[in-house]
Amino acid sequence: MSIYVETRRISGRRGLTAVALGMLDPEAIWMIWQRDLVRFLRQPARLYGSIVRSAVWLFALGLGLRQSFVPVPGMSYTEFIFPGVIAMALIFGSLQSAISVIWDREFGFLKEVMVAPIPRSSVLLGKALGGASTATLQGIVVLLFAPLAGVHLTPVSVVEGLALMFLTSIAMTTLGLVIAVRMTDFEGFGSLQNMVVMPMYLLSGAMFPTQGLPVWMNTFLAANPLSYGVSAVRGVLLGYYTHPLVLDVAVLGGFSLVMLSISLWLLEREG
Amino acid sequence: MAEVSVPLAVNGPIIRVEGLKKSFGEITAVDGVSFEVQPGEIFGFLGPNGAGKTTTIKMLCTLLRPTAGKATIDGHDVVTEAAAVRSGIGIVFQDSTLDEYLTAEQNLRYHAMIYHIPRSQREDRIKRMLELVDLADRRSDVVRTFSGGMKRRLEIARSLLHLPRVLFLDEPTIGLDPQTRHYVWEYLREMRRQQSITIFLTTHYMDEAENADRIAIIDYGRIIALDTPAALKRMVGGDLVTLSTADNQRARTEISGRLGVEKVVQADGYLTFEVESGESFIPRLVAALDVPVRTVSVRIPGLDDVFLRLTGKAIRDEDAGSTDRLKSRLRQRGRIRR
Repeated sequence: MSIYVETRRISGRRGLTAVALGMLDPEAIWMIWQRDLVRFLRQPARLYGSIVRSAVWLFALGLGLRQSFVPVPGMSYTEFIFPGVIAMALIFGSLQSAISVIWDREFGFLKEVMVAPIPRSSVLLGKALGGASTATLQGIVVLLFAPLAGVHLTPVSVVEGLALMFLTSIAMTTLGLVIAVRMTDFEGFGSLQNMVVMPMYLLSGAMFPTQGLPVWMNTFLAANPLSYGVSAVRGVLLGYYTHPLVLDVAVLGGFSLVMLSISLWLLEREG
Repeated sequence: MAEVSVPLAVNGPIIRVEGLKKSFGEITAVDGVSFEVQPGEIFGFLGPNGAGKTTTIKMLCTLLRPTAGKATIDGHDVVTEAAAVRSGIGIVFQDSTLDEYLTAEQNLRYHAMIYHIPRSQREDRIKRMLELVDLADRRSDVVRTFSGGMKRRLEIARSLLHLPRVLFLDEPTIGLDPQTRHYVWEYLREMRRQQSITIFLTTHYMDEAENADRIAIIDYGRIIALDTPAALKRMVGGDLVTLSTADNQRARTEISGRLGVEKVVQADGYLTFEVESGESFIPRLVAALDVPVRTVSVRIPGLDDVFLRLTGKAIRDEDAGSTDRLKSRLRQRGRIRR
């Protein structure tokens, strides 16, 4: 209890410190994490939707453009966009999970969590882990298409790929939490898809190589955290990196921490 | 009305509120309310929608920071000791806060996790709580399949799982049919008997407020009266006793002469007069009269009469905000079933 009171006091002013110091409530984190997974498994429509969306992008676009477009010498277009389609599953899955906070807030369950004697930072961390897990599950489904896309997987590339998919999902979920924590109306929900998901996805290098693009586009690409996720996942699966892997991991990790801190600050300010 | 024996306040009031105020910009939702609640008491906030009831509950539950004033629960300040307050209270909100995709048992188990109920006691307590609210046979069913009354019962069970000292109920039976409301209150009284907790409730139903030991009537963010339901009703005036006898003329003389009632109205074959407490007056009346009594009835003023008298208006439904409108729309579509 005393630990918690301290956490609350500190997290109000220095959220990042509280998160970094690990003054957290493991049971609360696990409960919120687990709940997201249970809910995901009870709503199979979300998974089916993700499978269909991924298959359409991968095969309709991948096979359609394959003849006329060789992005990188020695690599088919289907291979090239394979990690990009994984990234799409991740960003869709992550934001969908984060956005469920709005629903939880207005119609119930978030209140149950907010009046419980648990630190807000643990609520957000649990949500980040839950969202990242369900998004990674959707990414794994795409990974199963690898043989059809002509991508050769090895045990090492799969393990590395999963870790980087999870990290990318954490970054996307925490971004979603910053958006969702203060959002109270549902009207904004639809425009989010168009204003955040599609630009981030299309300007991440998921669909085309980034060499020789106009400067403004490169600026977007550099500022877009998803670019680093795409680069990292493509790197370990296909050996083709846009940036050094270390940079990708550092950017994704740093971005997640900043987003977590902002969402914590927003959540604490409430009332 | 509930029969109660309020336990002795050994450590003073369990809820203490002094000059509590909450403003949202220009609007003052709660305008300096003060009251105390004794341990074991059922304390009710009665008022129309928009009077500040929910805002007050949110401040007491640490969900909203007061603009001014002070509130303590079981000695803990709701602002500076929020964590201590939270672990000592249970809450049933106006709208369901259950996760409908989870089973009854899972909802309770998750609650146990975030309230840090010792692992060794969890399953046993969950089982007992589900039995108490008659949901033991539905423990593995997903909450979406429950009726409104069942969800309410499950929420009450959940709110009591961590053995809180104070239970907050925000409009606990809103939207439920009269029979279900009756059952919910039966469960609540049973819980109170077993766990000796303090209950703080808000309501805009007059008959629901009757369950409280004491009621604060709130309007436009201010408490305009605070007393037991019986005392509040006495403010309106006495009870009306109406009787018919074999000889009304003689009865009238006897009532005035023997019982000291000055004003007895005789009309349409009935005698009507006002006394302070009709129920205790009737035995005296019947014993005092030599004339055979045919019928006697007492009309006790209701809380709606009290509210009308205090505010000059009936309890009304204020314009709902956009969220409320959305909620009621969804409720109609069956998205939120209660």
